[in-house]
Amino acid sequence: MIPEIGQFALVLAFVITLVQGTLPVIGAARNDAAWMAVARPAALMQLFFVAAAFLALTWSFVVSDFSVLTVAENSSIARPLLYKITGVWGNHEGSMMLWVLILAVYGGAVAIFGGHLPAALRARVLSVQAWIATGFLLFILVASNPFVRIFPAPLNGNGLNPLLQDPGLATHPPALYMGYVGFSMAFSFAIAALIEGRVDPAWARWVRPWVLVAWCFLTLGIALGSHWSYYVLGWGGWWFWDPVENASFMPWLAGTALLHSAIVVERREALKSWTILLAILTFSLSLIGTFLVRSGVLTSVHAFAVDPKQGTFILVLLVIAIGGSLGLYALRAPSLKLGGLFAPISREGSLVLNNLLLVTACGTILLGTLYPLLLASVTGQMVSVGPPYFDAVFVPIMVPLIALMAVGPMLAWKRGDLAGALARLKAAFAAAALIALVTWHYLTNGSWLSVLGMALAAWLIVGSLVELVERLRLFRGSLRQSWARARHLPRSVYGMVVAHAGLGVVVLGIAAALTWHSAVLRDMRPGQSAKVGPYEFTLRGVQEVPGPNYTARQGVFIVTKDGRYVTTMKPEVRHYSIPPMSVSRVALRPSLVADLYAAIGSPDGSGGYAVRLYRKPLISWIWLGALIMVLGGGLSLSDRRLRIGAPARKSAAYPAPSAIAKGA
Amino acid sequence: MRAAFYIPLAAFLGLAAALGIGLTMNMRLLPSALIGRSVPTFNLPPVPGVRPALSSANLKAGKVVLVNIFASWCVSCREEHPILMALAKSHVVPIYGIAYKDTPKATATYLANNGDPYQRIGEDETGRVGINWGVYGVPETYVVTKTGKIAYKVVGPISAAILTQKVLPLVRKLEAEP
Repeated sequence: MIPEIGQFALVLAFVITLVQGTLPVIGAARNDAAWMAVARPAALMQLFFVAAAFLALTWSFVVSDFSVLTVAENSSIARPLLYKITGVWGNHEGSMMLWVLILAVYGGAVAIFGGHLPAALRARVLSVQAWIATGFLLFILVASNPFVRIFPAPLNGNGLNPLLQDPGLATHPPALYMGYVGFSMAFSFAIAALIEGRVDPAWARWVRPWVLVAWCFLTLGIALGSHWSYYVLGWGGWWFWDPVENASFMPWLAGTALLHSAIVVERREALKSWTILLAILTFSLSLIGTFLVRSGVLTSVHAFAVDPKQGTFILVLLVIAIGGSLGLYALRAPSLKLGGLFAPISREGSLVLNNLLLVTACGTILLGTLYPLLLASVTGQMVSVGPPYFDAVFVPIMVPLIALMAVGPMLAWKRGDLAGALARLKAAFAAAALIALVTWHYLTNGSWLSVLGMALAAWLIVGSLVELVERLRLFRGSLRQSWARARHLPRSVYGMVVAHAGLGVVVLGIAAALTWHSAVLRDMRPGQSAKVGPYEFTLRGVQEVPGPNYTARQGVFIVTKDGRYVTTMKPEVRHYSIPPMSVSRVALRPSLVADLYAAIGSPDGSGGYAVRLYRKPLISWIWLGALIMVLGGGLSLSDRRLRIGAPARKSAAYPAPSAIAKGA
Repeated sequence: MRAAFYIPLAAFLGLAAALGIGLTMNMRLLPSALIGRSVPTFNLPPVPGVRPALSSANLKAGKVVLVNIFASWCVSCREEHPILMALAKSHVVPIYGIAYKDTPKATATYLANNGDPYQRIGEDETGRVGINWGVYGVPETYVVTKTGKIAYKVVGPISAAILTQKVLPLVRKLEAEP
């Protein structure tokens, strides 16, 4: 009964998106307030029915209703409740449901919080949002229906891939999707602006919070995903340039560029058509990522099992959505008015350079990810592209970008003073040089890249703080004056400083992890010890431990440093029966100074076990830095001008779109 | 100037066409850039006490062989291992192993536990040789001709279907060649 209710709710949501996608946008064109007003209740109804369908599916997983095919294929009775729930999106059908649910949540959020938007813009935005929902709901109903029943129902399900039975998985896809799908808002605003034929500072200010929300979630999602692969995949790496990782990283790079170019539109009315293009591209990359993960065209550890029909369906959706929006862009963007002029060395100039570098980085990753596919389709020749390519192309682009990040905010709008900005960054220069020397001195197995990375990190962190000090006029006036400035400084400035410094922390973590890790890989018998850096690992014993739906072989390590007890670590190998698979669970003791990492392998037949022990200094700074970046985004989001800032447009009257197109 | 605004659209349509063609292909059988070329020159140390070492000279000894890139830390390798064991028992084609980014101890333990299908094993601790082979992810399996040329590559765990439908027919064909 419950799955059928879900099915009906999905169909109803689909019908609602048809209404929401037509009436409001027609109403906006005809300036008909009643038709435009359909958008808000429709978006809320859509949210209600999609949520009902999602709950129905979740319910089927929770009660283990194996007459539902998706549940039978992806769940089992003995699974802990948490993983029954997270199992909802651990498969193709359920993850598509999560996708449309989040899309509907964003639509509903515009309906609720978009009160300050002009009615016509809101109507158009919600209509465009509904077009996307129409496509994906149709895809779910036709090609990947999660509510398909089977008869007779099996007694138990096939179970979830045990790699995915982990708290990290519970959080990382929803965060990632909040980011991915969140960029649909920027897309809808861009398309609405193109239909309207008008992009102005007010538009940039309205779209900014949505871009910020999506960016924060995507940053969080990528960080969680990377941390998940760090401790679940079990060999201590944290980024593999896997196609699926790239699929989430490309929208992040494009979205970061969008975040910055929207500032230029807001402040200086320049880069309008570029910003629109970025908004379209960012969401397009999210869609392409969805396609890559689900179509089976690329090999990946994360890939879902899919049939070609689904791949074809998503490709057609992609062509309609991306091709249509880029076509609209080609027709309408030339008529957007050009904005303010600026000198190459200026805040705008530095933001343009930032955009160029980010988009180039994004392009090289896209090329690397798709190159095997492109070459194969054109010439039939097959190649593979691996981490060496990505490392080789990505680092040279990131170096100038990070160097620029400290300088850009120092430059004035329109025309900046580069020499003055560099002079003010003396402290950052000094910090970078100092760190470079210290790194050089302690360099054991790293390369000059480690020195460069550490220097850049210091440059960026100190440079960001210098920016704050400059704004507050610290050390130059009385503390009281600085305090007054601190209170009146917009939150977005704090947000920028924190986010930039956060990236510096990430770079620091990466450079340190590359440089100073120590590893021991050997066989150990109970009672034996191994020295990893200053730590002594003693294998106390190995025991069999039963879990809810697995049995584990657990090693118990006592870790000491200079004879003093530090911690006990219990790495496991879990043997699952449904499906039959062994999964290594490393034991991790994270700390700001150094992560300790222990993994246990197979017995060697004579009482010993293969173990891997690592000490990875500062590696957790990678994820700490990412969290700091999210915090920065959140600070910026809480800026007063985004909360209250419902700026009036320059002219109250809306020109008809056709008039603009003709007039340009 | 206006034409420039069509560039993104044109680029995307090209991409979509390529993705469409990509859908019709099975990318799991992703051969490498080295297909048709000689195997990269290498000389790897053995796993002491387990099997003899592996170098590129062993691959040019007038026999068709499979080269399997594996690692004790790799989950998918355990998945394909029974298939390799069965193939080794059948004596159809010798399997040489390259233990990628692994240590001799770990490799020896892994083989002691799961069985050893390999006739020779090269221990590639740094992964340098693996990179020369164009390794994308472990496991990978290469078909090497009598003269040491790479004829075919399977990315990911080898399945019984790929083995019987693609790899073994190719091996028989190459065996028949002079």
